[in-house]
Amino acid sequence: MTALIEIEGLTKRFGAHVAVGDVSFNVRRGEVLGFLGPNGAGKSTTMRMLAGFITPDSGRARICGHDVTTDGVRARHNLGYLPEGAPTYPDMTVHSFLTFTARIRGFSGGERADRVAQAIHATTLGEVRQMPIETLSKGFKRRVGLAQSLLHDPDVLVLDEPTDGLDPNQKHEVRRLIQTMAADKAIIISTHILEEVEAVCTRAIVIAHGRIVADCTPAELAAMHPSGRLDDVFRHLTLVQAA
Amino acid sequence: MRAALVIARRELAGYFATPVAVVFIVIFLALQGALTFNLGNFFTRNQADLQPFFTFLPWVLLLLVPALTMRMWAEERRSGTIELLLTLPIAAWQAVLGKFLAAWAFSAIAIALTFPFVVTVNYLGQPDNGAIASGYLGAMLLAGAFLSIGAAVSAATKNQVIAFVLAVALCFLVVVSGTPLVTEFLSRNAPDIAELARRVSVADRYQSFARGVVEARDLVYFASFMIFFLFLNTVVIDHTRAD
Repeated sequence: MTALIEIEGLTKRFGAHVAVGDVSFNVRRGEVLGFLGPNGAGKSTTMRMLAGFITPDSGRARICGHDVTTDGVRARHNLGYLPEGAPTYPDMTVHSFLTFTARIRGFSGGERADRVAQAIHATTLGEVRQMPIETLSKGFKRRVGLAQSLLHDPDVLVLDEPTDGLDPNQKHEVRRLIQTMAADKAIIISTHILEEVEAVCTRAIVIAHGRIVADCTPAELAAMHPSGRLDDVFRHLTLVQAA
Repeated sequence: MRAALVIARRELAGYFATPVAVVFIVIFLALQGALTFNLGNFFTRNQADLQPFFTFLPWVLLLLVPALTMRMWAEERRSGTIELLLTLPIAAWQAVLGKFLAAWAFSAIAIALTFPFVVTVNYLGQPDNGAIASGYLGAMLLAGAFLSIGAAVSAATKNQVIAFVLAVALCFLVVVSGTPLVTEFLSRNAPDIAELARRVSVADRYQSFARGVVEARDLVYFASFMIFFLFLNTVVIDHTRAD
């Protein structure tokens, strides 16, 4: 089975600083990849390159076989992307915002209404659907961003910190949602929360200083440190190895 | 084109979702009315035409159109929504065109609301309504030209104040570059530039519309003017996506 996400030698420099250096990995259907690393390690930059927001200096990224740089529109048709911080238009209501993204994605009439209703249902936004997004709490805003990313039922989901700012119940809901979608999609989530990796991910990549320092299952990752705890492994990989 | 219209629709609704629309329209009408009736000697001229109205219109547009465009891209960058917009399955030019069309449609609404002037001159005498119609066409083209400048400037900076001031300055330049004051100064000191300055100036072309002269070359000029700046806008957005 071919991979839905293919990344080969992706590199991005900001001046002399190498934000992402020669990162390569594939994600197949059914995989949930946890993208781990300290702040500034290059997680968001990698995801932004995959989403076509940052142009890589070298290397290639493909979504469902479409190169994100040369065939970006078709690549992004198959992509649901939650940017870091879940930006949305504050003066729109939840419903009108989701209707806007559904329109952009080419849905019309009853199908559009259904898609929006499904996305609202999946992210439990029903009670705030007619409220302006700027009046919502951080957790709701995050879920609006999430709803936008999965509205068109894409093959590939790239979620930059999807559970940041959510309370424990909401985190649980979002993880459950990711698990229910996992079987027929390729999903990348970035997170700081290590227990999340054990809870939802089938595979983990640890990135530090723009380079991949580990690529294995969460269990294998945990086994890398005698204590068997992910935070010890994380510290070991991102502090000791990088130094 | 469909995606551009979807964006235009959202943007236009965005103007009316905030006090921007009301403030803009009220100030525009008040300023335009005050200038036409007082400075323009609308009544004492004793002529049933809209010459004073069209004489002052460029200066009012010069001041207000950049206020409309200054937040166009700068705000998207500041709030991070540009990442959402540009990772939707659309090309950058569709976003650029959509935003421009929305601002142009909004200007059309503001300009259309000056209809009481037309009613007034028709009540007071027998004006040349053909000349008035061509004057309004010129006003729309002028607004479009200013908008295209303002939009391109807004794309180049994150700071709305800079976007506003630069846009006013550039619009001012393309208006005054054809006035006798400037062309005479240039033909004395820099004859080569004088001819160029006269040719790029919007003022002469706009004035011939206001006199009721619609010429194909002027239409082509305004169309090329707008296309050039929209192209520039697209290039800037494409190259500075994430910055």
